[in-house]
Amino acid sequence: MSRIQQAFARARAENRAAFVAYVCAGDPDFETSVEVCRALLTNGVDILELGVPFSDPLADGLTNQLAAQRALEGGMTAARVFELVRRVREFSQAPIVFYTYYNLVFANGVDSYVRAAKAAGVDGILTLDLPPEEAGEVSAACRTHGVETVFIIAPTTPDERIATIGAVTTGFLYYVSREGVTGVRDQVAGNIPQAVARIRARTALPMVVGFGIGTRAQVAEVAAHADGVVVGSALVNCVRDHLADRAKIVPAIAARAADLSAGVKRGRA
Amino acid sequence: MSSVATTSSPDRLSLPDSGGHFGRYGGVFVPETLMTALSELAAAYEVARDDPKFQAELRHHLKEFAGRPTELYFAERLTQHCGGAKIYLKREDLLHTGAHKINNALGQALLARRMGKKRVIAETGAGQHGVATAAVCAKFGLDCTVYMGAVDMERQALNVFRMRLMGAKVIGVEAGQKTLKEAINEAMRDWVTNVRGTHYILGSALGSHPYPMMVRDFHRVIGREVREQILAREGRLPDEMIACVGGGSNAIGFFFEFLEEPGVRLIGVEAGGRGIKRGDHAARFEGGKLGVLQGCKTYILQDEDGQIELTHSVSAGLDYAAIGPEHAFYRDRNRISFAYACDDEVMEAFQLCSRLEGIIPALESTHALVHGFKRAKAMRKDEVLVINLSGRGDKDVNQVAKILGVKL
Ligand SMILES: Cc1ncc(COP(=O)(O)O)c(C=O)c1O
Repeated sequence: MSRIQQAFARARAENRAAFVAYVCAGDPDFETSVEVCRALLTNGVDILELGVPFSDPLADGLTNQLAAQRALEGGMTAARVFELVRRVREFSQAPIVFYTYYNLVFANGVDSYVRAAKAAGVDGILTLDLPPEEAGEVSAACRTHGVETVFIIAPTTPDERIATIGAVTTGFLYYVSREGVTGVRDQVAGNIPQAVARIRARTALPMVVGFGIGTRAQVAEVAAHADGVVVGSALVNCVRDHLADRAKIVPAIAARAADLSAGVKRGRA
Repeated sequence: MSSVATTSSPDRLSLPDSGGHFGRYGGVFVPETLMTALSELAAAYEVARDDPKFQAELRHHLKEFAGRPTELYFAERLTQHCGGAKIYLKREDLLHTGAHKINNALGQALLARRMGKKRVIAETGAGQHGVATAAVCAKFGLDCTVYMGAVDMERQALNVFRMRLMGAKVIGVEAGQKTLKEAINEAMRDWVTNVRGTHYILGSALGSHPYPMMVRDFHRVIGREVREQILAREGRLPDEMIACVGGGSNAIGFFFEFLEEPGVRLIGVEAGGRGIKRGDHAARFEGGKLGVLQGCKTYILQDEDGQIELTHSVSAGLDYAAIGPEHAFYRDRNRISFAYACDDEVMEAFQLCSRLEGIIPALESTHALVHGFKRAKAMRKDEVLVINLSGRGDKDVNQVAKILGVKL
């Protein structure tokens, strides 16, 4: 069983949802970012989603845009992102999924990018702007190198497309709970149970839900239905809030992750 | 030289394929949330395109509101000045709102109305597409929001005010280098968020399918008119046609009817900015490589890792890191060739055209003039050159005055 499948199996065995945390690789700097990953993985995070900073993140809200900008200004490159994964692999065997944009995967050859990602210790790749229709090359490279694929299902995705998306997904499905970009919202979208049921009826793949989830109560609400809950901007905000004193970032993230991850247990209590 | 017979090759009309591909270029590269909207848009467009009623309505508005057909003007003094080929200017600058952009804005606004979308969003660089969109939205009673980079808002302040006068909300974008690329990112974020009731009027032959095809089609009227007009004037087709290329909409509309006329040379002119050095220009075929940006696969200015590079041009409308996919396709086939013009040459040609012809060209269009003058000099006196004057320069006079050190 892959690290990703193990993470879902473990959560299921513990009668809870998996807790998936998103942060931007290298935000605000390389060394802090390594420690942010450690703090997450020792405070209840089951799957680490690493945002690969891109100059034009058109699916992201302001929080993640600024995080990517900080990371790039801090000197993150493709090579440094792989280096970060290798550093995390020194202390953790948790699954790591890249959350990225297609040009970064495509720029120097899809196959060599995926091979390098695998060699660094990456388990899965989610490419925000790559629909299944265009994903042949990425899927083939992922198959060759043993990296799993993650694809998004949106509220606007029609029923018949769910099967199409499921057919190219080998890792898990990511349901974005509302139309829009990433970012914390006051309320979780109301129709998540129906959406989850709609997807479950058409695929047996594990399914995480994300976009706009930022409090423990919201995590719990979603964890009652999904196989995994993704929190991103709420964690990235911990970085943003302590830029003036970077030593405070790691404890802040640790506390936040511990608080939020408790939600996945409650959800199924 | 006599007119070249039209070949019956179906090529130009068979592209793109149903997935939006022009060979290896184009396609659909967007977040999943937009996939359904894009396929609905493609389907609605294809029905409208083949509906004589839609086409008649569009023709009506192009005539009465936009002012088509535009003249094909013989630039006698520029011709004399260059001393070579006869120079004709296709006067898209005479259209309502000042540039070719209205052809597409009208077409898409009619389509939005047909699709029952009451809200329209757009991005704009030079502001010409924003102004055209604001105008058609006012005319059809559609709610209009335009995204514009903060740098462009400053250099095209006049157009910002024009949009607001016509009832559009103009939202400044502060991210990145604050120009066209960031405005498109922000428009796409808006569309992802409000996709069900909103139509995105993209302003160039760019982005995901069906935009490159649809925007091209709405501008094909330019080339259709040129064919008729030049046959009437010269009794034959031109030897060469030149247009500036930002995303590529005025150029592809101008060229399209001639793609299968091997006797007509087609040249696109990109922005050379301060010169072909990283970050100093927007000539995608000079420093770019294949990549994916904002929905389509094409030539893109980017670094080794695939991060999009900064661009520069004196003209906001050409200041963009990617080029329309159809241009990349025809460049590979040696059907459209490309050149570039630099800022200082543009400033000179801007003044020359104003002085010799009494026509103040848009800085974007002036890129085509720069190369056109070089070509005219090299061509014989019995040869015919047509340059697409995609827009007028009224919007640029403040900026030009500033560059020339003139206080207004
Ligand atoms: C007058 C004019 N010409 C050309 C352009 C470049 O766009 P395109 O290459 O799509 O024609 C612009 C864009 O703003 C413009 O305003």
